[in-house]
Amino acid sequence: MEFAELIKTPRADNVVLHRPFHMAVEGTLCLTGHHLIFSSRRHDNAEELWLLHSNIDSIDKRFVGSLGTIVIKCKDLRIIQLDIPGMEECLNIASSIEALSTLDSVTLMYPFFYRPMFELLEDGWSSFLLEQEFELLSSVTDEWRLSCVNKEFSVCPSYPPVVIVPKSIDDEALRKVALFRHGGRFPVLSYYHKKNGMAMMRSSQPLTGTNGRRCKEDEKLVNATLCSGRRGFVIDTRPLAVAQQARAKGGGFEQEVHYPQWRRIHKYIERFNILQESFIKLVEACNDQSHNMDRWLSKLEASNWLTHIKELLTAACLAAQCIDREGASVLVHGSEGTDSTLQVTSLAQIILDPRCRTIRGFEALIVREWLQAGHPFQQRCAQSAYSNSKQKWEAPVFLLFLECVWQIHRQFPCSFEFNEQFLIMLFEHSYASQFGTFLGNNESERAKLKLPQKTMSLWSWVNRPEELSRFQNPLYEANSLVIWPSVAPQSLQLWEGVFLRWNRPSRFLEEAEEERINIIKYNKELQARVNVLRRRLAELEAEEQPEQ
Amino acid sequence: MEHIRMPKVENVRLLDRLSSRRAVVGTLYLTATHVIFVENGSETRKETWVLHSQISSIEKQATTATGCPLLIRCKNFQVIQLVIPQERDCHDVYISLIRLARPVKYEELYCFSFNPKLDKEEREEGWKLVDLNEEYNRMGVPNNYWQISDVNRDYGVCDSYPTEVYVPKSATAHIIVGSSKFRSRRRFPALSYYCKGNNASICRSSQPLSGFSARCLEDEQMLQAIRKANPGSDFIYVVDTRPKLNAMANRAAGKGYENEDNYSNIKFQFIGIENIHVMRNSLQKMLEVCELKSPSMSDFLWGLENSGWLKHIKAIMDAGIFIAKAVAEEGVSVLVHCSDGWDRTAQVCSVASLLLDPYYRTMKGFMVLIEKDWVSFGHKFNHRYGNLDGDPKEISPVIDQFIECVWQLMEQFPCAFEFNERFLIHIQHHIYSCQFGNFLCNSQKERRELKIKERTYSLWAHLWKNRADYLNPLYRSDHSQSQGTLHPQIAPCNFLYKFWSGMYNRFEKGLHPRQSVTDYLMAVKEETQQLEEELEVLQERLANLQKSQSGNNKVKSKQQDRSKQFGLYTSNNSLANTPQEYSNDLKSFPSRSPSQGDEDSALILTQDNLKSSDPDLSANSDQESGVEDLSCRSPSGGGCLPSEDSGKDSDEAVFLAG
Repeated sequence: MEFAELIKTPRADNVVLHRPFHMAVEGTLCLTGHHLIFSSRRHDNAEELWLLHSNIDSIDKRFVGSLGTIVIKCKDLRIIQLDIPGMEECLNIASSIEALSTLDSVTLMYPFFYRPMFELLEDGWSSFLLEQEFELLSSVTDEWRLSCVNKEFSVCPSYPPVVIVPKSIDDEALRKVALFRHGGRFPVLSYYHKKNGMAMMRSSQPLTGTNGRRCKEDEKLVNATLCSGRRGFVIDTRPLAVAQQARAKGGGFEQEVHYPQWRRIHKYIERFNILQESFIKLVEACNDQSHNMDRWLSKLEASNWLTHIKELLTAACLAAQCIDREGASVLVHGSEGTDSTLQVTSLAQIILDPRCRTIRGFEALIVREWLQAGHPFQQRCAQSAYSNSKQKWEAPVFLLFLECVWQIHRQFPCSFEFNEQFLIMLFEHSYASQFGTFLGNNESERAKLKLPQKTMSLWSWVNRPEELSRFQNPLYEANSLVIWPSVAPQSLQLWEGVFLRWNRPSRFLEEAEEERINIIKYNKELQARVNVLRRRLAELEAEEQPEQ
Repeated sequence: MEHIRMPKVENVRLLDRLSSRRAVVGTLYLTATHVIFVENGSETRKETWVLHSQISSIEKQATTATGCPLLIRCKNFQVIQLVIPQERDCHDVYISLIRLARPVKYEELYCFSFNPKLDKEEREEGWKLVDLNEEYNRMGVPNNYWQISDVNRDYGVCDSYPTEVYVPKSATAHIIVGSSKFRSRRRFPALSYYCKGNNASICRSSQPLSGFSARCLEDEQMLQAIRKANPGSDFIYVVDTRPKLNAMANRAAGKGYENEDNYSNIKFQFIGIENIHVMRNSLQKMLEVCELKSPSMSDFLWGLENSGWLKHIKAIMDAGIFIAKAVAEEGVSVLVHCSDGWDRTAQVCSVASLLLDPYYRTMKGFMVLIEKDWVSFGHKFNHRYGNLDGDPKEISPVIDQFIECVWQLMEQFPCAFEFNERFLIHIQHHIYSCQFGNFLCNSQKERRELKIKERTYSLWAHLWKNRADYLNPLYRSDHSQSQGTLHPQIAPCNFLYKFWSGMYNRFEKGLHPRQSVTDYLMAVKEETQQLEEELEVLQERLANLQKSQSGNNKVKSKQQDRSKQFGLYTSNNSLANTPQEYSNDLKSFPSRSPSQGDEDSALILTQDNLKSSDPDLSANSDQESGVEDLSCRSPSGGGCLPSEDSGKDSDEAVFLAG
């Protein structure tokens, strides 16, 4: 398909761009296959705005006489307004944007066309391989093995080709277990707590159905993670009632009789459309320019967003507590095991594992627990908070996870190697990106699309030193301990960096961040200079020793 | 001492507010000034000190099998739950405290017995630290338009005003006295802030006694004089900070507001800040929300909204923003009043001054601001903060709200203030503590009669001495945010008004961020300073060595000391806390309790090992630990991060979910 067919008016002059907290600017608007480009013609302050069509969530147009106005609402939650002279031009541009921002074929997306302008230092597609992860694991325990049972994605379409499972369970057993678990998602290792040898597994719900089906191999598999005589916890991300209802549809939960060494805890983590609605309501509240405080607080409360944050953090803390404090192994699942399950397992690792609080470690966590684990990014992030088309598979699951990380970050501001900008960047790229990383719903789809061959990985770009420097937390000092966040409402705050990002004057906060960086930088410079002088002094003194 | 029926009770249990499972046993002492609880533990003997003047309420609850519970709520938002084994003892403690917490004469207050062991000169110097004459000179008065008036020298015109007030030059004594007779409690219009740049000013007064139709020529002349003192503008704003309805109701009592028809060239404006009774109830409601045992997010947010607290904070801020804008952008003078002109007027004038003048955002300037708009203009500290036993309906968190406005601004303009959050919290603490004489009584006149300056110490000198603890590391006097007027946004989606857990949940350490960016950066800056010094020394020695080739081995040994001192980058950086109760499901599981100490706690420095910067506050060690514990890394302590003392598990909270 030629994009040109969709672009009837590729360029319009005398367009005025309006953004909150910015002066209106006049300039030229250009449409290309993947971008909306606005460039101001002012000589003193030439400015260009590049917007990916795929970042556009919704578009409204209206006319006053022959002056058309287009309001563009983006997936990163920004809202811009373009005044375009000429009704025809405006209509053409609006319909082009509409068409180009809703292309239904993945292979037409920008990542397939993007050619990087930077030198490739490292191919991000192979930066985080499970094999490397397993090597690290093997150095501390030999109870686990790499299984290639899913090599052709035949056992579980949403799993990667290799997974880590208990050594004592062979591939044949895994195939049987897969048949007993929703979508074939048999229990696999998510995290191994070196400190006490406890493991966190994740899976989907067991297909017990109404007649209480059981699967000996499944029982054997989960029990293989227990030390002799110890018990484990199953953390079911659904309330008991929902889990019981699931039985009618063939799903279910681990029953005590068949899993006597396991204790089940039900938590309630909202999913799909409830989350999406909550997201929409929150963003609506954050764009309400009313000066009324009651209205703001009641809208914030009614969105329930912070309730979801609190519930999710609580569940993750509970999982971490079971592992670290109770010394028990944990199995986490909900229904499909692709959403709330991954939120819980990945957040628990942030709490438990200092490595996940480094930049590379966090990237590895996202690759392992989200991308390879089969979180359906393409479905979940197809639309953001402004979309009118309410598909039931859209949900800000990943954003919730990122916000929870931010909440922990806020409570432990010196324990993370990355800064808030890093989390915001990941949020942006999960919804619209020039990189192929978040395309597709699982590894199988990514392999079919040949993403590693045809697109650039986000990690190839982020991990270049010049980019990384923007994402480093100047206050970071490695903290090898478990960090327990507070989940009390008083301790949780609205994530201004995302939700009020375009609605607040950011200058003062940016200046503060600069100041923090400068304080640390200057200290390190001095440290280095003092060290040089000390050395030189020591040398000189050593030269003198023989004389004395 | 005659009020203490029971000086000592043993085997008292101090409950953790958030988790009844965590109680410590110890001994309770009542002294003339403090309630002291000393833990029984053999090693730490942790002490909790509470000043009698901090106690806002004491509640004796129904006796249970374990004893008789006593709930003490403090004005600095500490809540203490004790269980006393014997009902009789509990009753005695209760009766004693009821009396001790309600002193009837000023001499009973702590500041008259508090002795920081300073000599007379030091004490007198301390009182000179904040000098309002100097401040008015700094603003640029007296000048061609403003002069000091001695009309009130013996408090003859207005007994709640200071002796020295600035008025327009054209306002004669006759006009001032005439105007004062037409104003509630004779609080005539006087200068609060003068803007050197454009001659615009902020004046303050009480409401006019206009009733439905009364007028007063001198008062009209007074406002005219204020307008004339600003030749650049042909009108002044008169801002009535009350809701219109309240102001109208006052007319029936012969009070009210200015009629635009009678005063030439005024623009009249209502702002709508509620009265002290509404504010008292609002705080009460918000504190109830803070005290909820394990609130859900909606309980909390709904309770916060329902309390109206943030709405009131915003109303005060909006009024300040309006006035600052009038003065800075329009160059128009403003006369501010409410009813008596000592509560809302003080709030609004001081917020506006803070926005307008960067000086008030420095540590010294902030002290001056409180001294000017609150202390000197007769804000009724004694009545509002209940220092002496009095009418409970007079009590209201008026200055607390101002302090919170400052905090909200600090969150939006992180580089604009020289001081940090701790400074605000300690000022709030001492407004209620009565440990220093600054905030005693209701007016300057009363303070002079009581000879405060001869008999007590000044808080400002005390804070100034410890100023290193109160610095904002991000502040730079040459920074853009520390210049000129601040322009905050108005809509809540542009200016996020937050719940201030650092203040209202000050003693629930587990709810606060576990690492303090402020303290971390201050430690880095301190180290930087030492590095600068060392660099200089090294350079000098190196130069000498190269010159004379006569080495000095002392340098070497000194270096080693230095590198030992700074464990900053090689430190083990220990930080730990304990999990909260994320689920009650775990309780029934036979396993060791998560709260028992383990390897995490072994790495922790307890707060007792920390340098205590404020000797007086550290005497009340537990009281202040909410602040001290924010310390994230101590430059002298080997760089450990004492974030939570998991041995004590003070942070455990019960958060049952689902």
